[in-house]
Amino acid sequence: MIQLELAGENALILYLPAEISAQNLSQLQQLQQQIRSLLDEQLQELLPSYASLLIVLKAPHKGLLAIKTMLEQQLVLCAASTEPQGQLLILPVYYHNAWDLDHVADKAGLTAEQVIELHQAEEYRVYAIGFAPGFAYLGELNARLATARLKSPRAKVPKGAVAIADRQTAVYPACSPGGWNILGLCPTPLFEPANAGTAKPLMPFAVGDRVRFQSISKDEFFALGGQLPQELR
Amino acid sequence: MSAFVVLKAGVLATLQDQGRFGVAHLGLTQGGPADYASYRIADLLLQNPNPSCQIEVSVGGFSLLALTDTVFCVTGAAMPLTVNGQPKRLWRTHRIKKDDVLELGFARSGLRCYLAVAGGFKLPKDFGSNSTVLREKIGGIGGAALEPGQFLPAVSVYRPLLWALPEKLWPDYSAPLQLGLLHGYQQHWFDESQWQQLYSTDYQVSALYDRMGYRLQGEPLLYQPRALLSEGICYGAVQLPPDGLPIVLLNDRQTLGGYPKPGVVLARDAAALAQCQQGHPIRFYPVSPEQLETEQRQQSRYWAELAMEFRSLV
Repeated sequence: MIQLELAGENALILYLPAEISAQNLSQLQQLQQQIRSLLDEQLQELLPSYASLLIVLKAPHKGLLAIKTMLEQQLVLCAASTEPQGQLLILPVYYHNAWDLDHVADKAGLTAEQVIELHQAEEYRVYAIGFAPGFAYLGELNARLATARLKSPRAKVPKGAVAIADRQTAVYPACSPGGWNILGLCPTPLFEPANAGTAKPLMPFAVGDRVRFQSISKDEFFALGGQLPQELR
Repeated sequence: MSAFVVLKAGVLATLQDQGRFGVAHLGLTQGGPADYASYRIADLLLQNPNPSCQIEVSVGGFSLLALTDTVFCVTGAAMPLTVNGQPKRLWRTHRIKKDDVLELGFARSGLRCYLAVAGGFKLPKDFGSNSTVLREKIGGIGGAALEPGQFLPAVSVYRPLLWALPEKLWPDYSAPLQLGLLHGYQQHWFDESQWQQLYSTDYQVSALYDRMGYRLQGEPLLYQPRALLSEGICYGAVQLPPDGLPIVLLNDRQTLGGYPKPGVVLARDAAALAQCQQGHPIRFYPVSPEQLETEQRQQSRYWAELAMEFRSLV
């Protein structure tokens, strides 16, 4: 069932059942298409997440309540369980125990090799993009690897850090503070502002895409353009 | 072309235009002027037809050298303004000549002011905007705050008339601030007694305030924590972490977040909040969706008619 709430002077937020599911992803994709055609030029932002869609309108508009009623009447929810649309992206990872790999292994009662194996075994979906430019929330991580965020976040997580928190995994596109458990480094650039306005994509993925991780050696990491952060040099 | 050179960067000075829109799905935040009202008045006084790229000076201590003759104005926080050491008024346009030095002291009231020039500063944009977001290293010059020695080109335009905003329309940044709250997001998670507490608590701006958000302090509003999946955050959204102390999220907020939000502060009031410093008294008051529509009509009328109030200067 669709539920709409006010989210700002010029914004509404649409809610689906609060769960992380491929069903939600696929329905949010369909709802975005419908909202784009219904609101067209009036739209300023459309921001999907796991089970919600933030709809920001350009001011002035016809009135938030009128638009809310219109959307409630017009939006169609497809009950059929369709697969979300998305492409498959392989992200190479140079797994390394310089950070939290051993901690995750200890907590899970596994060896570091088994953690790497399980992290690679899953095919993840991009459920949301946010926190920082190009930061994709990937789910769901194998339940055996689920690890709470660090008690105190690191002031500096290296660029390309492949990390996990609860049942999510992600790659930090740039050096930033962060509290996720780091398993290794990915050499693939995930946010390239220089590509803005060119045919090249800013990001290799979009919400709905599928992602797999593939273990690489240190040499392969360098060959792919990876750079070691200060602490590993 | 007109141009300037930064002499002193002060505490924090950033280039800001109206903000960056249509890119939240890439994880890019909005940015833009923290006090939109002062920013907009600067453009209106200068007769800039579109929202221009201006300098947002926080706290103060900023100085510019003019390399050409042009017209500028400063709006917002009460920072002492001088040109070649001569005091000048805020909220009006001034002519400035080649080799003049324009200087802003430290704010006596309010926190941020807007230094705007006729035609606006003209620099390459990132994702359609000049707005600087330090955390994202995007906008401005190299995604960073302004630094001494930087060259700032501007569009050269002819402005034969000078304009001033009458003093009766200058904002009073020292008055206690009332934030109009529109219920939304997780509003149903809060009961009558919690709303009553929210509307009767005397809050103050805590030590944690910046362009990303303002954390308030006061009697904590406690609630039963529930899991919430991260979701899109709008400008002005009030986030309530488990410690019960509200955070009003502003221009440089994170695009997604997972703390419950009882509602959203009116844009006008969120802009006024961005002029407050630690200890400033804050209260919330409820705004119904119907009141919002009246409020928005009044706001459009205010902006449409404001320029008619300007005093022409010879």
